[in-house]
Amino acid sequence: MKSFFGFVKKEFLHIFRDPRTMLVLFGMPVALVLIFGYVVTNEIKDIPIAVLDHSKDEMTREITQKIISSGYFKLMAELTSSNDVEAMMLKGDIKEVIIFEPGFAVSLQKDGKADVQLLADASDPNTANLIVNYTKGILFDYLNKQNQAGTSYQFDTRVRMVYNQSLKGVYMFVPGTMAMILMLISAMMTSISIAREKELGTMEVLMVSPLKPFQIIIGKVIPYIVLSFINAVVIILLGFFVFGLPVRGSLVLLLAENLLFISLALSLGILISTVSESQQVAMFISLFALMLPTILLSGFIYPIENMPVILQVISYAMPPKYFIIIIKDIMIKGEGLGLVWEETLILFGMMIFFLLIAVKRFKTRLE
Amino acid sequence: MINIFQITKKYESTTALDSVSFQVDDGELFGVIGPDGAGKTTLFRIITSLLLPDSGKVMVNGLDVIKDYREIRKITGYMPGRFSLYQDLTVEENLQFYATVFGTSVKKNYDLIKDIYSHIEPFKNRLAGKLSGGMKQKLALSCALIHRPQLLILDEPTTGVDAVSRKEFWDMLKKIQREGITVLVSTPYMDEALLCERVVFMEKAKILAMDSPQGLIKAYSRDLVSVSADDMHRLVVDLRKYPDVNSALLFGHEVHYTSRSGRINKDELINYLQKERHNNIKFRKIKPGIEDRFLELIS
Amino acid sequence: MNDKQLVISAKGLTKKFGDFVANDHLDFDVFQGEIFGFLGANGAGKTTAIKILCGLSIPTSGDINVAGYDVYTETEQIKSNIGYMSQRFSLYPDLTVSENIRFYGGIYGLGWKEIKQKRKKLIEKLGLVEERNGLISDIPLGWKQKLAFSIAIMHEPKIVFLDEPTGGVDPVTRRMFWDMIYEVSESGTTVFVTTHYMDEAEYCNRVCIMDEGKIVALDTPEELKRNYHAQNMNEVFIKIAR
Repeated sequence: MKSFFGFVKKEFLHIFRDPRTMLVLFGMPVALVLIFGYVVTNEIKDIPIAVLDHSKDEMTREITQKIISSGYFKLMAELTSSNDVEAMMLKGDIKEVIIFEPGFAVSLQKDGKADVQLLADASDPNTANLIVNYTKGILFDYLNKQNQAGTSYQFDTRVRMVYNQSLKGVYMFVPGTMAMILMLISAMMTSISIAREKELGTMEVLMVSPLKPFQIIIGKVIPYIVLSFINAVVIILLGFFVFGLPVRGSLVLLLAENLLFISLALSLGILISTVSESQQVAMFISLFALMLPTILLSGFIYPIENMPVILQVISYAMPPKYFIIIIKDIMIKGEGLGLVWEETLILFGMMIFFLLIAVKRFKTRLE
Repeated sequence: MINIFQITKKYESTTALDSVSFQVDDGELFGVIGPDGAGKTTLFRIITSLLLPDSGKVMVNGLDVIKDYREIRKITGYMPGRFSLYQDLTVEENLQFYATVFGTSVKKNYDLIKDIYSHIEPFKNRLAGKLSGGMKQKLALSCALIHRPQLLILDEPTTGVDAVSRKEFWDMLKKIQREGITVLVSTPYMDEALLCERVVFMEKAKILAMDSPQGLIKAYSRDLVSVSADDMHRLVVDLRKYPDVNSALLFGHEVHYTSRSGRINKDELINYLQKERHNNIKFRKIKPGIEDRFLELIS
Repeated sequence: MNDKQLVISAKGLTKKFGDFVANDHLDFDVFQGEIFGFLGANGAGKTTAIKILCGLSIPTSGDINVAGYDVYTETEQIKSNIGYMSQRFSLYPDLTVSENIRFYGGIYGLGWKEIKQKRKKLIEKLGLVEERNGLISDIPLGWKQKLAFSIAIMHEPKIVFLDEPTGGVDPVTRRMFWDMIYEVSESGTTVFVTTHYMDEAEYCNRVCIMDEGKIVALDTPEELKRNYHAQNMNEVFIKIAR
């Protein structure tokens, strides 16, 4: 046992002594969260829109005015017929059309309810979703102010995503970045650190020592579990304090799921190290086999629903996909284990699977 | 201590070891001498149970390297060709790490490594990556000895190290041997063969000869002469043209010459060289060295 | 030796990396056709000095001339007048023998016809006719080194620098390698060689022994052995180091 702790201590020394490792471990997560966060949130500015106002009453004008003066949108055209909508959208001149039903103010005052239709160009689904959310925000803000004035009104906004009808939540950068960072640090750093020992020749000596293979693996992994976990917490805190992303569900469950995902990524890292003889190879495999799928196929940036069927099928094999769903559900929807148990089970199964192969492949000999 | 019986190892198309057999006795300082690519490293990796032979049997201290590798790993100290040190850890941290990994402590076996470690102890807080070649070598040796192994296996420990450090290193190996530890060492330097009790010559995956260094030299059968002249390069070329030549090889500022018949007629040879207009010809009969024997064996 | 043309002249060659002095006021001259040995332990400053003489690194101070060119300002001219081969100098293992020759010929600015001619001669001389279309990774180390050396002198440089060229080669191949060196030096090319095989130092016309960035001895092997009352260069080296 003592020899095992000696091993873990040595791993920590390696990490703390290498400024580059420290930077990757602690600088990168913060930088990535901030970059992704601001790139996503800053996208909305002077978005060209059009209004099709069938009502043309005081209220619709007031709302239109409010939307334009928000700074997020720029009114390009006031349409008169729904025939024009399609043509303008196709040309790409406008990203959204706001359609007020005839007699908007009248029905709002009479029934306390009126219809607004938002038509968004969802060829860029992320932006479309954001635009709609912002517009809705302004509409409800208006409604709130009216309600405070003593009346009880209600909007019935109908959103229709044009060109990408089934769009679901993609505004998910925090869970996505979290998946990416944990994958990168856990898998890439462990695989590199094992490959480095092979390069140095120290692995030969470790192999001929009385340490058992699983002790070497666990010893390599423990420091990265601890550090990745700290990272997960840092990202959650950043999301909360900088971007106002709430943690609606159980914090304990959230952290436990993080731990599960970290373990999964680590077992992938060990698996990679068993097939790579040098640090370079380990890094390339980590980047191409883990990072790119995490970014591209997990639904982090590109919605899975828009992908060709074959990629959709492949995405079922991507661990980050499940992790992102879990994190989203816990943080934003506030769900408990009752709803995410399936995904959790899948991740757990994957972890056991990869870990078993990794330990089996991690040989006691050189070939 | 080590019993190697007809081991063969192939990598795809190349044969690294071709039916190699030899024995190393308890407490012996045994050398494996041969150039790069002769198969020394593969052989050592098989003995340390890091590689499996394709065929043949290796026993270490009565234990089979395939079945009982765990037991063997406890009693062996191994220093691979590249000094297996963590460059980003200090001297002391490296030593302590290897001590704990092998389930012992620096204190417990300090007396064994004291002579070696005391050279580098003044630098114990320096990173291993910042040590000179000679100091790295001493540290790696201390690390390999820290668990007081019964068998110490060193793969080319003196390659790339300066002459002074090499000499010190061999003095240390003698001391370790006196502690009752069997030492198996490989080297590409012929002159180091003389410092071992027994050696095997290895070349192209095969064992060429096994004996004590003196025994190997004694087996040299031909007359050997050293010839020198003003223009050494032309001398070598001309000697190789001589009808009875077996070999003419440069040894520093001399040429070691042997004849096909084994005997050398001094007057005829000098006559020939004078006819080729060589000046200042020096000719003397010499005793063969270990390198002459190796060259004879591989030619 | 003094009647021969001077090809390298170094006066007060100094190179510092921060506080660390890698080369401390080295003075030496090397003449045409000479085999000049540079000896010393790892870290004594051999490689640093070679890099400066090859125009790969600018010295901190000193007057240094190589093949008649200044190492501060005329590094490009120096590079086209020298050949270089190191232990790490590797031919491309995934190219064939003849592709490697063609590639390096092109790098040294030889014409297509010239390369073709030289390639044929070189392959025949080294006895690689059958292997000429085989990959470098498949030929033995000894041959690789001889080929690397032949390629380093393909453009007929005035000086060829060899940085530990014979590490790890068997004694027969090493001697064949030295035969080649003698041949090249005979043809007038200067050979500047570093080695830590002390017996190889005896093949050199003159040797320069370095320790901790300084030159501690510079003479012919015979003189050094006489002065230090030593049987061979190994003893000389050990006596100097103490």
